[in-house]
Amino acid sequence: MQDILSTFVRSIFIDNMIFAYFLGMCSFLAVSKNVKTAMGLGIAVVFVLAATLPLNYLLEVYVLKQGALVWLSPEFANVDLSFLGFILFIAVVASFVQLVEMVVEKFSPSLYASLGIFLPLIAVNCAILGGALFMQQKAFPNLGVATVYGLGSGIGWMLAIVGMAAIREKLQYSDIPKPLKGLGIAFILTALMGIGFMSFSGIKI
Amino acid sequence: MGLSENNKKILLGPLGKNNPISVQMLGICSALAVTSKLEPAIVMAVSVTVVTAFSNLVISLLRNTIPSRIRIIVQLVVVAALVTIVNEVLKAFAYDVSKQLSVFIGLIITNCIVMGRLEAFALGNKPGPSFLDGIGNGLGYGLILIVVGFFRELLGSGTLLGFQVIPQSFYDMGYANNGLMILPPMALIVVACIIWFQRSKDKDLQEK
Repeated sequence: MQDILSTFVRSIFIDNMIFAYFLGMCSFLAVSKNVKTAMGLGIAVVFVLAATLPLNYLLEVYVLKQGALVWLSPEFANVDLSFLGFILFIAVVASFVQLVEMVVEKFSPSLYASLGIFLPLIAVNCAILGGALFMQQKAFPNLGVATVYGLGSGIGWMLAIVGMAAIREKLQYSDIPKPLKGLGIAFILTALMGIGFMSFSGIKI
Repeated sequence: MGLSENNKKILLGPLGKNNPISVQMLGICSALAVTSKLEPAIVMAVSVTVVTAFSNLVISLLRNTIPSRIRIIVQLVVVAALVTIVNEVLKAFAYDVSKQLSVFIGLIITNCIVMGRLEAFALGNKPGPSFLDGIGNGLGYGLILIVVGFFRELLGSGTLLGFQVIPQSFYDMGYANNGLMILPPMALIVVACIIWFQRSKDKDLQEK
């Protein structure tokens, strides 16, 4: 239980996808111009991360890891398929995103209208694949922790993009040196927010 | 090797006016996390150049046979296969660096530069120019990475590629390494400075 709670808090604040690893920066910078769309993309990322991470975890534990295929037959104890990880993870993410898009379009047109345009973007969001690769590296003990890690990372990402969008909305009224306008100042802001988030790094649960 | 005027533009454009990071805003994700030292930055730059060039070539060769509905998945599979090859090569020949880069080699798959160039260039052009476009964009990306890595390692640890550059006499006089440069947020500030510099030289690039 404690494991789950500490993974959750760590993944939101300390190992924040954006401020600690810069994952998903492209869509973070492109879509953080107003709070409403940022929120939409944030929710989509939380959903996809929380759903694909357990899938990829199962794939890792029952197919890819060395000796993972023992449940098929004991002869496979030495088979190590982890080099196939990249292809399988990205295939899971891309097909899941496609699936979600179709389901949402069929059953909830209003949600599709607000979320729809962001869904295809998410397949190539580094934060999703990054989550899967970190999961492989950290070797979580069970499915629950992996799911919570996905959920927490997604929430951390959403927190970052919504905060950024709120600041950028206010920024329109400030006087910025011309060459820094747009991309330049966005970088500096992200850095300052990152330094702010570093103050969480002492927290231990 | 005689390059035509057009090919030269495709190859060299991304180094300056059309730089993938500072102008097109692509591939920022992985650009920053690997630049706290110069060596991983160089390895990353070379890996991305190789992957971009060859995925451009492959997709350009296949461009007339891929149905456009499933093209994203086809592109991802091609890129993922190339990245797997790069990853295995690095593990075999440069194990230390590949440990340092950890997940970021895998993340080349979702690097927006690769996907962006495939969508914007390789799907509509012949294999030759596509290959050059891939090399050009890889180099433009690498250029920024290496500049950022250079400053962060020099100011943050006083070394370059692991060799001590700042002489001991400086430290004796009270010079200290700036520990802040090694932390992740400083990568963003250095890139912002590069953008600032580039845009004050080149007024066309400024945003309204």
